[in-house]
Amino acid sequence: MGFHFCMKYLTEFRNGEIAQRMSREIHAIATRPWKIMEVCGGQTHSIIRNGIDQMLPAGIEMIHGPGCPVCVTPLELIDKALAIAAQPGVIFCSFGDMLRVPGTSADLFQVKGRGGDVRVVYSPLDAVQLAAKNPEKHVVFFGVGFETTAPANAMSVHQARRLGLKNYSLLVSHVLVPPAIAAIMDSPGNKVQAFLAAGHVCTVMGYWQYPPLAEKYGIPIVVTGFEPLDLLEGIRRAVVQLEAGRHEVENAYGRVVSYNGNEPAQRLLAEVFKVTDRAWRGIGVIPMSGWRLNDAYREFDAEERFQISGIRTEESPLCRSGDVLRGAIKPAECAAFGKECTPRHPLGATMVSSEGACAAYYNYGRFLPVEELAKSSF
Amino acid sequence: MCLAIPGKVESISSEGAVRMGRVNFGGVVKSVCLEYVPEVQVGDYTIVHVGFALSRIDEESARKTLADFRELGMLDEELADEDEAFRRAAAAPQSPCPDGSCKS
Repeated sequence: MGFHFCMKYLTEFRNGEIAQRMSREIHAIATRPWKIMEVCGGQTHSIIRNGIDQMLPAGIEMIHGPGCPVCVTPLELIDKALAIAAQPGVIFCSFGDMLRVPGTSADLFQVKGRGGDVRVVYSPLDAVQLAAKNPEKHVVFFGVGFETTAPANAMSVHQARRLGLKNYSLLVSHVLVPPAIAAIMDSPGNKVQAFLAAGHVCTVMGYWQYPPLAEKYGIPIVVTGFEPLDLLEGIRRAVVQLEAGRHEVENAYGRVVSYNGNEPAQRLLAEVFKVTDRAWRGIGVIPMSGWRLNDAYREFDAEERFQISGIRTEESPLCRSGDVLRGAIKPAECAAFGKECTPRHPLGATMVSSEGACAAYYNYGRFLPVEELAKSSF
Repeated sequence: MCLAIPGKVESISSEGAVRMGRVNFGGVVKSVCLEYVPEVQVGDYTIVHVGFALSRIDEESARKTLADFRELGMLDEELADEDEAFRRAAAAPQSPCPDGSCKS
């Protein structure tokens, strides 16, 4: 992608009449500092890429949440993926963004270089097709992701069963947004006062799960899209509520999201998956915060099938991704940021994917703390 | 990871009992699962994530979003075929890196 082309687009976006008007409106209504978390890594990427945080009043701080599934996938599971992918007779399929995530000693790309059959697919159904076409092989799909991606993975095992396939399985590590919001609000020293809920998670799940959270913690939750203007509008609505002392669930992405969400998808999710505790890289175990395959679909569970054991992992003592994910520090405040830890050599969760807060800051040249950036921004 | 892109449904078929459609994303046509959007018909626009349609969307919103994503270079990234997607993922472990340091 042409960087200059992008910069031209950015300048046009920021100078655009609507963006300017929305930014002015946020400046006009904000009388106090507020800390707002966007949960979704795609939104973090968009905020940093488009410099949306730099269009806000100095007191409005965006805290970048744990909603990057690649980032929060535990190192242990990545090592399991590498061990499975290296086995003869296995075709290991993944989305592209897991290919270069480093495990303890290699990544999937290197496993392919050593003879492993590792493939990037567009859809989990492509992996099911590969299984149907290669009955002598075992096809494994690396099913990470939030609620947005889960319907695709659920349909893949459902379809594999319908086709009677015995050579397809999922290495599954789904994570869920509402328990993560609760964990953040319950964490000691939490600073977050409002949330932007991820628009495409809500496309699947609706937003009926959020009113109890808004009520319990007294926080506004605004369902927000991914385009720059959507993000500005989500932030504006959160600030309006905060200033008025309200804590409601609002939908700022109504052109895509409905209250009930996608009900056929939710039905299949309930059939295929069950809720389980999950370890989030950089955070730790959050109770009831993920999905695993239901007992009825256990034959499609790659962890059951391959029984990989003896994996020992150790996270870098330098990495402060837990503090970044909680909003306690900004990426550049970590001593290892941009030095020992870069996208090429990530030490932890928030640097491993371009949707992680540290990688987004690094890739867009945000090497200074926010206050200094605000002074030097163009 | 959670990006979803709008496209126009050009045809609908049934492949092995799964409702599938050919969906046009501003010129690139992909095979997409329509099982979760029984209401979507030929000519409708729908939001698609990893080959699955998740919601219907009106034409004007869809066109605007497509134009935005194209400007940002996100369409090529999302819609690459298998080999191209592998090549991209292998060559660029991270998103665009303006200072060039992640190409070292």
